Amino acid sequence: MKLAAWLSQVLSSRARFAVLGAGVLLLLIPFFPLWQITMFANQFPEGLRLSIYAHQLVGGNGGNDLQGINILNHYIGMREIQAADFVEMKFIPFVLGIFILLGLRTAVFARVGNVVDMLVLFCYFALFSLGTFAYRMYSYGHQLNPEAPIRVPGFTPPVFGHQRIANFDVYSYPGVGSLLLGLFVVSLAAVLFFEMRRFRKQAAA
Amino acid sequence: MKRHLAIAALLLAAACAPSKGPQGGSNSRLADAREAAQRTFVEPGKLDEFYLFYSGGHSGQVYVAGVPSMRHIATIPVFAPYPATGYGFDTESKAMLGGYTWGDVHHPALSKTKGDYDGRWLFVNDNANNRVARIDLRDFKTHQILGPIANSSGNHGSAFVTENTEYALVASRFSIPIPRGTYAPTSKYATDYKGVLSGIKIDSATGEMSVAWQIMTPPFDWDLASTGKEVSRDWVVWSSYNSERAIGRLEVTAAQRDRDYITFVNWRMAAAAAAQGKGKIIAGVRVLNPKEVPGMMYLVPLAKSPHGADFSPDGRYVVGGGKLAPYVTVYDFQKFLAAAEANDTIGNEDGIPVLRYESIRVAEVPVGLGPLHTQFDDQGYAYTSLFVESAIAKWKLGPFDGHDSALVVAKIPVNFSVGHLVTAHGDARHPVGRYLISMNKLSKGRHLNVGPSQPESSQLIDITGAGMTMLYEAYTEPEPHFAQLVRADLLHPIEVYPKAENKDPNAIWAASDAKITRRPGIVEAKIYSIRSYFAPNEIEVQQGDSVILHVTNAEQERDMLHGFGLAGYNINVVMDPGETKTIAFRATKPGVYPFYCTNFCSAMHQEMQGYFLVKPRAGTSVAAASAEGRN
Repeated sequence: MKLAAWLSQVLSSRARFAVLGAGVLLLLIPFFPLWQITMFANQFPEGLRLSIYAHQLVGGNGGNDLQGINILNHYIGMREIQAADFVEMKFIPFVLGIFILLGLRTAVFARVGNVVDMLVLFCYFALFSLGTFAYRMYSYGHQLNPEAPIRVPGFTPPVFGHQRIANFDVYSYPGVGSLLLGLFVVSLAAVLFFEMRRFRKQAAA
Repeated sequence: MKRHLAIAALLLAAACAPSKGPQGGSNSRLADAREAAQRTFVEPGKLDEFYLFYSGGHSGQVYVAGVPSMRHIATIPVFAPYPATGYGFDTESKAMLGGYTWGDVHHPALSKTKGDYDGRWLFVNDNANNRVARIDLRDFKTHQILGPIANSSGNHGSAFVTENTEYALVASRFSIPIPRGTYAPTSKYATDYKGVLSGIKIDSATGEMSVAWQIMTPPFDWDLASTGKEVSRDWVVWSSYNSERAIGRLEVTAAQRDRDYITFVNWRMAAAAAAQGKGKIIAGVRVLNPKEVPGMMYLVPLAKSPHGADFSPDGRYVVGGGKLAPYVTVYDFQKFLAAAEANDTIGNEDGIPVLRYESIRVAEVPVGLGPLHTQFDDQGYAYTSLFVESAIAKWKLGPFDGHDSALVVAKIPVNFSVGHLVTAHGDARHPVGRYLISMNKLSKGRHLNVGPSQPESSQLIDITGAGMTMLYEAYTEPEPHFAQLVRADLLHPIEVYPKAENKDPNAIWAASDAKITRRPGIVEAKIYSIRSYFAPNEIEVQQGDSVILHVTNAEQERDMLHGFGLAGYNINVVMDPGETKTIAFRATKPGVYPFYCTNFCSAMHQEMQGYFLVKPRAGTSVAAASAEGRN
């Protein structure tokens, strides 16, 4: 069984370091925003900024933009955006810790199968988190207080890209933290790619 | 846009004008107008290069404009209530005003370090009620009003700060018998009335002012001052008029002598003498007698009815302007020191030595008629305002080798009757030059007609190069006296009050913390304001209750101000973002009174309102209750 043989192949030492290095990338995640939302309007030329970290929400302009965004949102009856609402901010740091431990485990046991496990689990985790984030955007935009001064039809703030909402141009893009997560995935995929090539070479020899 | 139109109109007018207009050849005028427009045009969204702090005269306020555009940017209320910013209505500013509703701001002085502006504070005087105020340039607000200063009356020669802002030096214009409150008939003016020079100590960390010492002088009318620099750093000069010690119609009686005095005072020696316990305490202040502190104070003759007295940037010369003389007098500070050392006197006034004029003056520069004030640039030129001639003279500050008339290099007429003038950093150790603003006492219809009460005019003049070019003209409310023109990059004001810095125990940051507390006869409320509501929006009290309201603006976004206006109770405060203000009053009038946000904030600003309900005292009929309210 070729696949089983590949999965139980012992990683090269270079691959072990690569997996460890990928784990270090995860350690950096708390320092960079995962997602960034910026709103521009004529009277906000410098923009109102909101940075979403793995564990916190940070408004631009020394934190003041979060209050600013919430004050504007209350006119359309959107509930206050606050860190407590983001259940992701509790489980993401926890899960990142698990992946760092898995990375250590992989570096020690060093089987290709361990890397495959990590990659599959991580992709699931990332898609799940993105999904809940999109749902959160959807609920902020749809669960509007019917007694709000300004009544607007339910909407979903952009999860990715640009959208015009009333007088605001809203931009939503992944931040450096998400790029690090992407790099983590790419590192694991690269390990698998090179391990596959090594496996084929050995099989051919 | 408006400026664009104005320029277009100007160009059009020039193009259509007959070839020989009142201004001379129309072609050169066109070129000048285009160049002047380019020099002063600051595009929408772009910033001016300089702050201009105008004194507001008897309006009691300070005006801030940008230069070169000359646009008025803000009014800083100082000595008079100003509903636009809620100044004079809350308990803190009310206490600072001390019951006065006006003042007379003449001479703003920026704080200095090593003789140059450091952008920390602006000190201004009140000529009327003997006060000095400090504006903090971190938030452009008045933070202290000191006074009425004991013994001093008519705080005109003020406020002038020393080289490192150790002192603001102030002097009395109107001599009175001291302490204030003492009676003496004017027939005893020469002996019983006193002039007073005061040293106002400034705390180097906080800017807090206190009266440190005073010098009692003969009853001359102390006029204007200038502080020394470098070699003269320990000295201050004041000009004076009425050395005749005359009363009555001063325009005649005080203009009899050919020369009055300028005084040189060693403020460091005065401070030391006061510290040694010399002099005596009058009205709580240590007052020095110059006779008892030899070397502290000298008089030097100055022609005639002196006004301005200004140290040159290097501190080597003093330029004195006599209102009724056709020249300015230049004194050499080193020669002054030598004459003082050699006791080269021609007499004394109440024991104060009068030094020999000829030993100290090095030039009489024939600048023109009615010289008042002198400012300086970075190219070695001096600029003197000529009130009578209605012009400004530009002249070279030396060499003083006897060819005095050769020093005058240019003159420009101004419209009309210039008082003070200001150049960029023009009284500092290192002037910047470039611009001069002529603050004219009369505008005489050069503006759109606004009826008999006419504004003053301020003219912006380019002083680069050897000559002077008129660039622009603006109008200000009454009435700029002196001003300060400072590079914009030296100031770093905040845009909101950071929440973390608000130490007011009654500040609240959430609607849920809003609270009304009732004690017998007192209702106290913490009010929360944010776009676009107040919490609470109903406040009910009993007629006769003392009401204390603490209103916090919980915003942290720039320019998001909220006002709290209470109709019928003569109250309006404005809270900047992050600021808490307290108002206290008695609910004398029963009934229902709306309160609302007075400073436009948002789309729902109009809805930002509430009710102040006053229940009538039991047994009071509506008619009787409202009659009481009127009393």
